[in-house]
Amino acid sequence: MKILTGNDLGTGDVIWWAGDGWSRQVGDSADVGDKGDELVRAEEAAQRVVGAYVIDATVTDEGIRPAHIKDRIRALGPTVRPDLTLKPNDADAGNWVI
Amino acid sequence: MVEFLSFREGEATQEPTVTVESFTGQSNSTAVRIEAGEDARELLPYLDRLSLVEVNFPAFGDGRGYSAARILREAGYAGELRAVGDVLVDQIVPMRRCGFDSFRPDRALDDAAVERALNRYADVYQKTVDGRRPVWAKRHPETVDG
Amino acid sequence: MYRYDSYDQSIVDARVEEFRDQTQRRLAGHLTEDQFKPLRLMNGLYLQLHAYMLRVAIPYGTLSGKQMRKLGEIARKYDRGYGHFTTRTNIQYNWIKLADAPDILAELATVEMHAIQTSGNCIRNISSDQYAGVAADEVADPRPWAELLRQWSTFHPEFTYLPRKFKICVIASEDDRAAMRLHDIGLKLVKRGDEIGAEVYAGGGMGRTPMVGPQIRDFVPEDEIVSYLEACLRVYNRYGRRDNKFKARIKILVHELGVEEYKRQVEEEFAHMRTLGLNPPREELDRIRPFFAGPAYEQGLSDAIDRSDPAFALWVDRQVAAHRQPGYAIVNISLKPVGGIPGDASAEQIDLVADLAEQYSLDELRVTHAQNLVLPHVRKADLYAIWQKLDEAGLAEANLDLITDIIACPGLDYCSLANARSIPLAQKLSERFASLERQKDLGELKLKISGCINACGHHHAGHIGILGVDRKGVENFQLLLGGSGAEDASLGQITGPGFSEDGVVDAIEKVTDIYLAQREQGERFLDTYRRIGMKPFKEAIYG
Repeated sequence: MKILTGNDLGTGDVIWWAGDGWSRQVGDSADVGDKGDELVRAEEAAQRVVGAYVIDATVTDEGIRPAHIKDRIRALGPTVRPDLTLKPNDADAGNWVI
Repeated sequence: MVEFLSFREGEATQEPTVTVESFTGQSNSTAVRIEAGEDARELLPYLDRLSLVEVNFPAFGDGRGYSAARILREAGYAGELRAVGDVLVDQIVPMRRCGFDSFRPDRALDDAAVERALNRYADVYQKTVDGRRPVWAKRHPETVDG
Repeated sequence: MYRYDSYDQSIVDARVEEFRDQTQRRLAGHLTEDQFKPLRLMNGLYLQLHAYMLRVAIPYGTLSGKQMRKLGEIARKYDRGYGHFTTRTNIQYNWIKLADAPDILAELATVEMHAIQTSGNCIRNISSDQYAGVAADEVADPRPWAELLRQWSTFHPEFTYLPRKFKICVIASEDDRAAMRLHDIGLKLVKRGDEIGAEVYAGGGMGRTPMVGPQIRDFVPEDEIVSYLEACLRVYNRYGRRDNKFKARIKILVHELGVEEYKRQVEEEFAHMRTLGLNPPREELDRIRPFFAGPAYEQGLSDAIDRSDPAFALWVDRQVAAHRQPGYAIVNISLKPVGGIPGDASAEQIDLVADLAEQYSLDELRVTHAQNLVLPHVRKADLYAIWQKLDEAGLAEANLDLITDIIACPGLDYCSLANARSIPLAQKLSERFASLERQKDLGELKLKISGCINACGHHHAGHIGILGVDRKGVENFQLLLGGSGAEDASLGQITGPGFSEDGVVDAIEKVTDIYLAQREQGERFLDTYRRIGMKPFKEAIYG
């Protein structure tokens, strides 16, 4: 699938296009098909995202998995500070990234 | 919104510019346009014939025009020195400091933003061609440049 | 250390308001991201993997207790309780909100700090020697010149949109503790008879095409350094490449023109610029110099240190360096605890070091390009008390310049430019070599890790260097040997094919085993490598 990601303009938070708006959870990502570039233009112009881009992802048992390790790290948080990730209570959360 | 900004007394030159190559070739023109990669020093033998030098900024991140402007003023050029192209309000002050005294940006500038920019910094750290006394001169008024 | 006068303060205050205005215009949609990005970069604000990152300048790596305390406050109030000290002696905060950035800059301005030109295609933080002012081997304290150049480079109107970033370093000793030869311009202050001036080097750098900067001038008198640098920068601004971001640094220009031609163009421009009255008068340097004069040292203090506590003795032997004033010492504080994140400090640790600086170091501390801290003016009598407090706070690792004193960039855990994570590798390496006895046996061994070719971890200058790469979406690590950022500057050589994270840890262990087996009396790892060459190491690693 193709999904869309970027950062929130004001906070810098990593966000994922959920179809009807932006979510902070990669699991909410919607398949944008071939509409990705159009969405990037519209959403950046509306100031709802900055630095947006389209990526490949697959659906797995653990949910939506971005194809590239960089985006998996964006989805989770810094692997070396589990306490600062989206899964602070899971010390092994970093394994999903690899 | 302002499409043309000038800090000179009197009318701005309306004459269309010719290229550096044209000008140094034979031209009767008194207005020349320098592109980003061209050498402003090619104009130094002709400064007294020039009433307008336009310097093009193809992208605001291309800073070569600042050197071109300062070189011309250092050589004594006293005519209109105009920045054109991708010029944003945030570049007006450094451009002024390098000697530009008029501006024709691709996109019109917000007057209020221009005014704020011009009045933002009461002091500057470097001596350049704009005649402003740098901070070190103000600190040491008893010295030659102070 | 330098104190702002009203001119300095008003310039920084105006910058804060300018950025506040720019941020408001961005948030209101009057500026696009393309227009805003260079402006926010010139105030040190990046958009990174997880959030905005703010890089705050620590000019020539020197700060006071009060300034350090403010850095801790910002970590607490606006970030997530910690900061990261970088290889350019700045501090980075990783979790900043754009809307908060103007307020953060306003708070920094209240303690004479800023984030001006810590990014962008402009002149960056001027770096210097972390032992400036207290080293026995310096010709003069280089920091007055660094401060003069900081002011000269701030908002320089001609050099605000250079082809690429520009890094200047000033040292004043034959020993190069600041990687001066790997800067765009390096200045080494020297004495010629009664005159002080600078040897000038240009075109050093790392990244994709590392180069050691060649000397371009044997001597520039101190009063003409500004006009000479204007000439260097003007030639670069006019002729540096703008067609290719990866070939836009001055090192490429110097390399493509050749040193002699670059020198010639600079001399031509200098002949012109030295007539323009650009140099501040000697009085300005004389005004700045006293700020850096030796503090009021006590006289007649004892040089005795009570070494009866063995853990303290180990720390003294490694972390404490000689001071030019009798009875005093230089304390090195390690931000590289075994298994920790190199260069990171919690807000609590930052506060502690601020307190120690005020109480024990005549209110001064330093940041080094190796991502450690220094208390430069410590009475030997206070060393034990300091060590106890550092030890409680996890800041008493005794590993200066040993293999676990790793330089590592933030890497793919934080940085959007990275290809691989550098921190987990640093942690594994420091755990593998944790034994202090083993570390001391290996001796001086500078290990440097970069998560990508931009080389913020200085891997080209590591005795052992590691470069993280992306091999079909999987992290992979290249190993380099024989680099040095000191006065014997050299660039590391790649050993061969890359490794997995665990693989490179094993490879490095094999490399150190070869060193131990082959070294001759008194040789550091780097010396043995230079003597025996790559072959024995390569054979051991790849079989």
